[in-house]
Amino acid sequence: MPHGPYEPSTPAILDETDRRIINALQGGLPIAEQPFRVYAESLDLPEGRLLERLRRLLAERVLTRFGPLYNADRMGGVNVLAAMAVAEDDYEQVAATVNAQPEIAHNYRREHHLNMWFVAAADSPEAVEAAFRRIEAAAGLPVYRFPKEREYYVELRLTA
Amino acid sequence: MRSLPQESPTLAEPAPPTEHLDEVDRRIVLATQSGLPLTARPYHAVAEQLGIGAEEVMARMARMLERGVIRRIGAVPNHYALGYRANGMTVWDVADTAVDSLGERVGALPFVSHCYRRPRRPPVWPYNLFAMVHGRDEAEVEAYVRQIAELLGAACRGSDILYSRGILKKTGLRLRDTREPLEA
Repeated sequence: MPHGPYEPSTPAILDETDRRIINALQGGLPIAEQPFRVYAESLDLPEGRLLERLRRLLAERVLTRFGPLYNADRMGGVNVLAAMAVAEDDYEQVAATVNAQPEIAHNYRREHHLNMWFVAAADSPEAVEAAFRRIEAAAGLPVYRFPKEREYYVELRLTA
Repeated sequence: MRSLPQESPTLAEPAPPTEHLDEVDRRIVLATQSGLPLTARPYHAVAEQLGIGAEEVMARMARMLERGVIRRIGAVPNHYALGYRANGMTVWDVADTAVDSLGERVGALPFVSHCYRRPRRPPVWPYNLFAMVHGRDEAEVEAYVRQIAELLGAACRGSDILYSRGILKKTGLRLRDTREPLEA
C-alpha cells in the first residue's frame, strides 16, 4: 500500500501507454483465472508488462489502489458525512482531534463557513454517533450530520 | 472553551439494504479491500493467502459483485496525479417534490461522480442535493455547474460550490477486522 501525504501535487508524467491502461482499467476486471489477459490483448501489451506498469503506477501513487471497490453500505456498515465550522487559529488542532478517531475515514478542508468535512464509518449508527459526540466534546463545536437519504449515483471514472 | 450546542442534530440513518456476508466473505473483503495482488493470477494469490480454493474465492467475489457489495474491480486513480486539481462539492437547495427525479438526472451527467440527497440543517445549511464534480481547474468545474443549474431550473432556490483545499485524512472506508484472529 502506498502511504504518504495526499496533498495536491503536480500532475504525474504519464506516457500514452499509462493513459490507455488507466482509462481501460477503472472497472470491469473479470473474475477469472488470468483476469489481466483480456486487457493485455486489447492494449496490445504483454501481460507481464501490463502488470509491471500497474505496479509502477501504484508505487508512484498515480493509482491509490487496484482491486475491488466495496460498497460499505451493503456490508452492514454505516457511513455518515459531517461538517464543522472551525476557526482558522484552531484548525490544525481540531483536524488532529477529528483524524484521531478511528471511525473517521476521510477528512477534507473545504472553502466555506463549514470548512471541515469528514466521513465517519463504523459497524453501527451508534458507533458513528459516538465518534461525532467525542469530536463535539473535544472541540467544543457542533458537528452537523449529513447522512445520505438517497443515492442517485456513485461512479468515479477519470480520464487520464 | 466555547459552549457546546444545546442538542446535536441527531442522525437517523435509515438502515441501508445490507447483504449478508458470512465469515469467509468477510475474510475475502479484509484480504482485498486494500487491493488485489498485481500478479497474473490475483484471485489464486488471495485464495492461497486465505487457505481456501481459488474457485471458491472467485465464486464468492462474483456473487458479491452481482449483489452490489463490490461496486467494481479495477484501478482507483488519484485525481491530483491525473491533473484533476479542482474538486468541487456542488450543493443545491432543490424543492422536495422535485429533488428525486432531478437528482437522478444530475447523477447521470458524465462529469458527476457522486450524487446524493442529504438533509438540510437550517439555518446553517439550506442544501439537500450534493453532486461531486471533478475538473482540471475551477473554470471547468464552474462550466459544469452551469449545466447542472440549467437542468435544475426553477426547482433550485440556491447553490454553492465547496472546493477541496486539502486532504486532511484519507484511509478509505474499511471493514475492520473485529473477529477473532483467523487460524494460522
